[in-house]
Amino acid sequence: MTNVSIIGLGQTDVKEHWQTSLRHLAWYAIEAALDNAHINKVDGIFVANMLAGPLSGQQHLGALIADFSGLRGVEAVTVEAADASGGAALRQAVMAVQSGLMETALVVGVEKMTDLVGSPVTSALALALDADYETVHGMTPAAVGALLMRRYMYEYGVQVADFAGFSVNAHANGAVNPLAMFRNKLRADRFASAPLVADPVTLFDAAPTGDGAAAVIVTNYERAQDMVPQPIRIAGSAIATDTLAIHDRKEMLWLAAAQKSAARAMAAAGVSHDDIDVLELHDAFTVLAALSLEAIGFAERGEGWKLARDGEIGRNGRIPISTFGGLKARGNPGGATGVYQIVEVARQLRGEAGDNQVSGATIGMAQCLGSAGATAVTHVLSK
Amino acid sequence: MEVSRHWRLNEQRYALIGETCDSCGTKLFPPRDVCLECEAPAKELYTFTGVGEIYSYTTVYEAPAGFAEYAPYTVALVKLEEGPVVTAQLTDVAKADLHIGMKVEMVTRKLRTDGSEGMIIYGYKFRPQLEMA
Repeated sequence: MTNVSIIGLGQTDVKEHWQTSLRHLAWYAIEAALDNAHINKVDGIFVANMLAGPLSGQQHLGALIADFSGLRGVEAVTVEAADASGGAALRQAVMAVQSGLMETALVVGVEKMTDLVGSPVTSALALALDADYETVHGMTPAAVGALLMRRYMYEYGVQVADFAGFSVNAHANGAVNPLAMFRNKLRADRFASAPLVADPVTLFDAAPTGDGAAAVIVTNYERAQDMVPQPIRIAGSAIATDTLAIHDRKEMLWLAAAQKSAARAMAAAGVSHDDIDVLELHDAFTVLAALSLEAIGFAERGEGWKLARDGEIGRNGRIPISTFGGLKARGNPGGATGVYQIVEVARQLRGEAGDNQVSGATIGMAQCLGSAGATAVTHVLSK
Repeated sequence: MEVSRHWRLNEQRYALIGETCDSCGTKLFPPRDVCLECEAPAKELYTFTGVGEIYSYTTVYEAPAGFAEYAPYTVALVKLEEGPVVTAQLTDVAKADLHIGMKVEMVTRKLRTDGSEGMIIYGYKFRPQLEMA
């Protein structure tokens, strides 16, 4: 159990924010989180971002965002771990507060995907892969997902349509989330015939990238009790890594880092699978959702897809996932995604999730992955 | 220009040269100097035969910059006969013939061009293994 609690949450909607800059997106989320925590200053800022350099020609986000948010002078740095940056930044904040070096820390995940369009964006996303041995061959994150999906189908004897339940669930939840990028429902029978991104990954399988920012403010547990009516405890927090490239994994269909980080975070929190009421996982591709459920331990190897088929991932199911739409429907704002997950789980535990509420949720888990699980960050939150 | 970062990999790109673990004998490609299996030093060079089979494959429709002109193209994980799996494009193969387990062999091909005045980057791709005469 960590000695760290969440006292403030903020987020923007995820979409193509053509009129809004990176710094403004970050500020909107920070402003909301400061208001939510009823404070106006923090001891440090951890900015989660993946692609501001290649897409916006802007790095040095710690200073930029501290300055623009009226928090000049505080310690502020960027944390980068591909699309696990958000979870990784929160992990740094947890360590800072747990150690006592900071009393209050702000985590803001921000991603501005639409400053460029088309193939430069695909290239930027591919920066998370091995430049010398994957990217030079034309690999993309979607191609990595596709290679895993095809092998999964081959080894476990499943079809493309068997993955449909993940996207259908995500869109059903996104449809009632006013901040989601896609609020349309998806028909299961349309899943397999959608346009191809990287065979067998289709447009209805791959999560869309979007612009967005989310922020979380943490402080120590004792102080949090006096500051807000519903502090959310960070019960467990862990990061683990795996080989950067999937070709170096002895068991390619096993997300070893996802397993390790989940097991460590759950052990620290003292919770078992049955205790977890809500799970935000990294459904950038449906096969990653299936593999994550297996690695975390909610399904046997090769059977993660069955939870989607059997309706066990819905808001009333055994293990609700993607409760605000997940990466697939809420959208995947890269380095901000892991912070969105934390905001969403915390809202579930506060009982503030509105139409997305999982009733009676008291313990939740969020896990984000950098590419196909080269980095995995898991947090367990409790009321 | 990115000449040095490609040139320093010419043994890997043109000849599939990896390493052998000094301790357990595991063959490594890409070379990584520390064995994936036992973490012992692995610095002895080893030239792979370039023969393997398809472990998984995909056809990429949304290509990154530098590859858009080649899309759609097919990328595979190729399990080399010595053990390692490499990521590479497939060439000289009909999509209808592709299958997991297909025998393939390494060939040298153009990977991409850096615009009209930039470098032409060559490297390994794999094609269906030709029958021996």
